Amino acid sequence: MNAPLGYIGDKPSQRLIPVEPIVRLEKVSKTFPGRDGQPVTALREIDLAVPQGSILGVIGRSGAGKSTLIRLVNGLEKPSSGKVIVDGADIAALPEAALRHARRSIGMIFQHFNLLSSRTAAQNIALPLEVAGYDKAEIRARVEELLALVGLSDKRNRYPSELSGGQKQRVGIARALATKPKVLLSDEATSALDPETTRSILDLLARINDELGLTILLITHEMAVIRNIAREVAVIEGGRIVEQGDVFEVFTRPQHEVTRSFLADESGRALPPYVQSRLTPEATPGSQAVIRIGFRGPHATDPVLARLARDLAIEANILSGSVDEIAGRPFGTLVVGVPEASVSTTLDFLNKHGLDTEVLGYVA
Amino acid sequence: MSPEMINLIAASTGETLYMVAVSALIATLFGLPLGVFLATSGKGELFAAPWVNRVLGVVVNATRSTPFIILVVAIIPFTRLIAGTSIGTNAAIVPLTIAATPFIARLIEGAIREVDQGLIEAARAFGATPLQIVLKVLIPEALPGIVLGLTLAIVSLLGFSAMVGAVGGGGLGDLGIRYGYQRFMPEMMLAVVVVLIVLVQAVQSIGDRLARRLNKRIRHA
Repeated sequence: MNAPLGYIGDKPSQRLIPVEPIVRLEKVSKTFPGRDGQPVTALREIDLAVPQGSILGVIGRSGAGKSTLIRLVNGLEKPSSGKVIVDGADIAALPEAALRHARRSIGMIFQHFNLLSSRTAAQNIALPLEVAGYDKAEIRARVEELLALVGLSDKRNRYPSELSGGQKQRVGIARALATKPKVLLSDEATSALDPETTRSILDLLARINDELGLTILLITHEMAVIRNIAREVAVIEGGRIVEQGDVFEVFTRPQHEVTRSFLADESGRALPPYVQSRLTPEATPGSQAVIRIGFRGPHATDPVLARLARDLAIEANILSGSVDEIAGRPFGTLVVGVPEASVSTTLDFLNKHGLDTEVLGYVA
Repeated sequence: MSPEMINLIAASTGETLYMVAVSALIATLFGLPLGVFLATSGKGELFAAPWVNRVLGVVVNATRSTPFIILVVAIIPFTRLIAGTSIGTNAAIVPLTIAATPFIARLIEGAIREVDQGLIEAARAFGATPLQIVLKVLIPEALPGIVLGLTLAIVSLLGFSAMVGAVGGGGLGDLGIRYGYQRFMPEMMLAVVVVLIVLVQAVQSIGDRLARRLNKRIRHA
């Protein structure tokens, strides 16, 4: 098998060479014993590769299996079958002592932070170092470094109960980075935070990825997290990865129903209620077709509707629209209504201009 | 109240404090590891040993359901083996310790089980051994609860210690029975009860204050 392509360094523009991904799941399945004796399958035949230095987001609804997936990577769960390779070692096959050692190079942050209430910020960050047997002077120096990295030097002696959610997660991140891991696992790390705090935590993670070259594997149910930080995405549903690839590609040309539903949650993607309620799947004479147009990259700024009117004399009726940024690239969505009779001409015209189109239905 | 009476009360109070302090100390020494083990040896837990857990649970329950006064009498041969005698304050420490150990174990088990499972997961995730998890995560996090549990146990021991008077254990209970009841001296009985109330009050407020100081989960003004 050929090694999959991965990015070295941070930016996709940097040279693309084949490297062994730092985390690789091969045909991983996980079955739990159910309550009524019926086994419950949480994951089925998962194949996933996280290239070194990348940020890969796994998005899924609750119960889709994403929590189980991330816990396989540091051996908190064992796969029922398949392999979990992290930095060259098969995590599932390691004996306990070796597994504990391996976990020092896999940091993890949690939705509810999981900080010790009896320890201050600095003492929480010191804990993994104490456990790993560092001496006092080393611990003190490293903790200072980490406090500065996450911007909490002035809060070192505060207990978690005296910190805000965002500050607690910063402590969590510093603790996860204490033993200089190669991979950071993020388990819904921003799900308990407000949007603004989420943004600042994501910025911090992106900075860590950039400055330390740390690989980040995150799971989330929030599109915004993926859009803001991830470079690659895997969509998980019913224990299977249904779609996987470059974030921009996947979210601008979603193939799977679940991916579309995540996109529909985003502002500007949803139809206005007055259109939604009148939408029918079949055309009737004189009705208007509702078309979603996706503008990607270079086309995002084309005056395509003006041309449509000028060249073909088709007047499109704008129903909703937005311009988003996905993985740092602009992506526009426009929902328009055109007379049912000119649908095919319009679609041909738009597709010829390199735009993605989707007929959502008809409005009488 | 006569000086003799005051001397008697002072001596008995000393005996009670001695019995309670020594038995509480020894019972904690045994009860703490037992409680930690009970809290961590269930199915799928840190030191998973479901069968041992179940057997210990039954033993603990059996000891706790035996009425104290019966326990005192039933273990006299054992007491004699340990203390060299079956009467007196030192002898009384043996049944007190045996009664308090499973009680303390259950209280500590409860306090440990209150610790957020997420903390165990986090500690496992950064490579802590089960023993490190117990020493650096579970016990420190459960400490306020453990202190409250021990306070409760000491208060209970004060009550139990009154009963060992029945086998010549000495202490305030013994004094109350022999003078207050058998010699019909109500003022002695009253004095004994007042001293016990003061002791219980003192132990409880020290325990509460310590637990509050250790609890960092709540913001302090």
